[in-house]
Amino acid sequence: MSEAHEPAPTREEGLALLREMLRIRAFEDRCYRLYGEMKIRGFLHLYNGEEAVAVGTMQALEPSDAIVSTYREHGHAIARGIPMDRIMAELYGKQTGCSRGRGGSMHLFDASRGFYGGNAIVAGGLPIAVGLALAQALQHHRGITACFFGDGAVAEGEFHESLNLAALWRLPVLFLCENNLYAMGTALDRAQAETDITTKARAYRMEAAAVDGMDVFAVGAAVRSAARRVRAGGGPALLEMRTYRFRAHSMFDPQLYRDKAEIEAWQERGPVITLTRRLKALGLMSEEDYQRLEREAQTEVDAAVRFAEGSPWEPVSELERFVYAERAS
Amino acid sequence: MTYRDAVHEALRDALQADPRVFLMGEDVGRYGGSYAVSKGLLEEFGPERIRDTPLSESAFVGAGIGAALGGLRPIVEVMTVNFSLLALDQIVNNAATLSHMSGGQLSVPLVIRLATGAGRQLAAQHSHSLEGWYAHIPGLRICAPATIEDARFMLAAALACPDPVLLFEHLYLYNMEGGVPPGLERVDLEHAAIRRAGKDVTLITYGWSLYKCLTAAEALAAQGIEAEVLDLRTLRPLDDAAIMASVRRTRRAVIVDEGWRSGSLSAELTTRIVEQAFYDLEAPVARVCTAEVPVPYAKHLEDAALPGPAAIEAAVRSVLARDGGG
Ligand SMILES: Cc1ncc(C[n+]2csc(CCOP(=O)(O)OP(=O)(O)O)c2C)c(N)n1
Ligand SMILES: [Mg+2]
Repeated sequence: MSEAHEPAPTREEGLALLREMLRIRAFEDRCYRLYGEMKIRGFLHLYNGEEAVAVGTMQALEPSDAIVSTYREHGHAIARGIPMDRIMAELYGKQTGCSRGRGGSMHLFDASRGFYGGNAIVAGGLPIAVGLALAQALQHHRGITACFFGDGAVAEGEFHESLNLAALWRLPVLFLCENNLYAMGTALDRAQAETDITTKARAYRMEAAAVDGMDVFAVGAAVRSAARRVRAGGGPALLEMRTYRFRAHSMFDPQLYRDKAEIEAWQERGPVITLTRRLKALGLMSEEDYQRLEREAQTEVDAAVRFAEGSPWEPVSELERFVYAERAS
Repeated sequence: MTYRDAVHEALRDALQADPRVFLMGEDVGRYGGSYAVSKGLLEEFGPERIRDTPLSESAFVGAGIGAALGGLRPIVEVMTVNFSLLALDQIVNNAATLSHMSGGQLSVPLVIRLATGAGRQLAAQHSHSLEGWYAHIPGLRICAPATIEDARFMLAAALACPDPVLLFEHLYLYNMEGGVPPGLERVDLEHAAIRRAGKDVTLITYGWSLYKCLTAAEALAAQGIEAEVLDLRTLRPLDDAAIMASVRRTRRAVIVDEGWRSGSLSAELTTRIVEQAFYDLEAPVARVCTAEVPVPYAKHLEDAALPGPAAIEAAVRSVLARDGGG
């Protein structure tokens, strides 16, 4: 796609991006196992296959930006810089978790990093993103709000109402649709009369572009340029990240709606594999480099699991805390 | 057969019996239903009658209302009660009002099926028990099939009813095994049912909490306390006669509800008992409900938040201890 126009990455850039994607991949693979061991419970939606979207996006945003996410948000949280051990502890339901054990996999929060949470209601985050952007605009804040949602969310009224409101008020929202072609078992073309999501966004008079979500450079370039315009007061924009989830929707999905060949074809052009091949082809990375990155990611995940295992449970006496804001008296 | 099989069979029966019946909802077709209830129905009845919808709860619930007005008999599956909040306007402002507001010209013979309840560590947004909230609304009929027989036959009764009926299926029930009493072929939507007879206290409940009450009753029996367990089955309209008859017999009531207690179904039940059977009571009515918190993810916190057999037993013992001496 945009590869031809992009300058070749440096070794440092390339390795940094691959490292981030491998961290997410290793984390998700471990979560899969831990779910089997019943260490993690509830709903678990893994991000395998979509790593380039989170990594490309987060490295193009600024620390002062706000992020609104979905229930498939481990990758977003890791790429945003929330420490992996705090995320793992949350999945264990421990007191040291980034939501103190209240949220679990679908509700990771880190206010200090502008991470306004995973939302388990499809499209539930979009209106909140509009409001965060309203606060940024009215307070002349330099930040913008990046809002992730899936292709399934596009069918909800909240998507349409939010796009319209953001465009009407020219708010600094960057809408990021992770189009992985399915909402649970429903393929996009069985849910949408118009399957081109950018067309819908343009109907609300905002700039929109489709991006190869398997190419971390393409994602980064698209987010950087869209964020620049949004930040400069140009109003909201939408990017449709074309991607694919490699694993089941959640841990309860027999995947009757798609065949192995389709999954394998997408895996063949997965974000990790393509970046690995590319860096090697450019002579920027050796097999040893790759092995080292993978080892480092595993070591970090091991440490996160140890942290989670060793962390205390929130005492039951604390059950009713935080229902209302706790102000220092 | 499991509860899931029973609902599945009920859907098949309904689709076979009446060409006006169709099923629509998210992932009911290809995927087989998010709780695998409708698996195989697409193959058997085709995409006209087993309709996968986009994630557009307000639109497809509203379309169900319109289709019912237009002469069809829609069964709308809203995956869980949590997502019905996106369709609340259609349910409360249209389904519930059109009959009355049109002076009786219109009726909305619509059935909405929803999974409900907590207990699977799904955290706050996926653990609501809002059936009591819906029971606040005149014009709706709210049912909670808790047994295999109700899972098997309540749907037909709901379809035969000219009003909008919401069927709440607790997510813990789907895997429950059991059978239908031989010869039973229909159930009604009017009557509460005594699931265990007892003379010392009435446990009033519905849905998955029924089994928590039966477990508690078992334990109490070993301590010489005979608890009667009343399954409400229908939360609106409530079967006052059955409730008062039982409470008058046992003279004590404990209400067990996975909903929150403030402004709730359990508050309504308590009030009705006080209004209608106050002088028959030996002790104040007690309630075992979910703690007033958004349901947390961590298992130990979630367990502590939800009503359990131990809390039910304790409530019964305290009610007996507070006897006026009768
Ligand atoms: C309003 C609402 N309806 C239904 C659901 C159940 N549900 C959870 S995820 C999902 C699919 C969403 O697909 P998409 O938006 O494409 O995101 P993806 O899972 O593919 O990342 C559904 C139907 C929900 N969580 N919220
Ligand atoms: Mg999707």
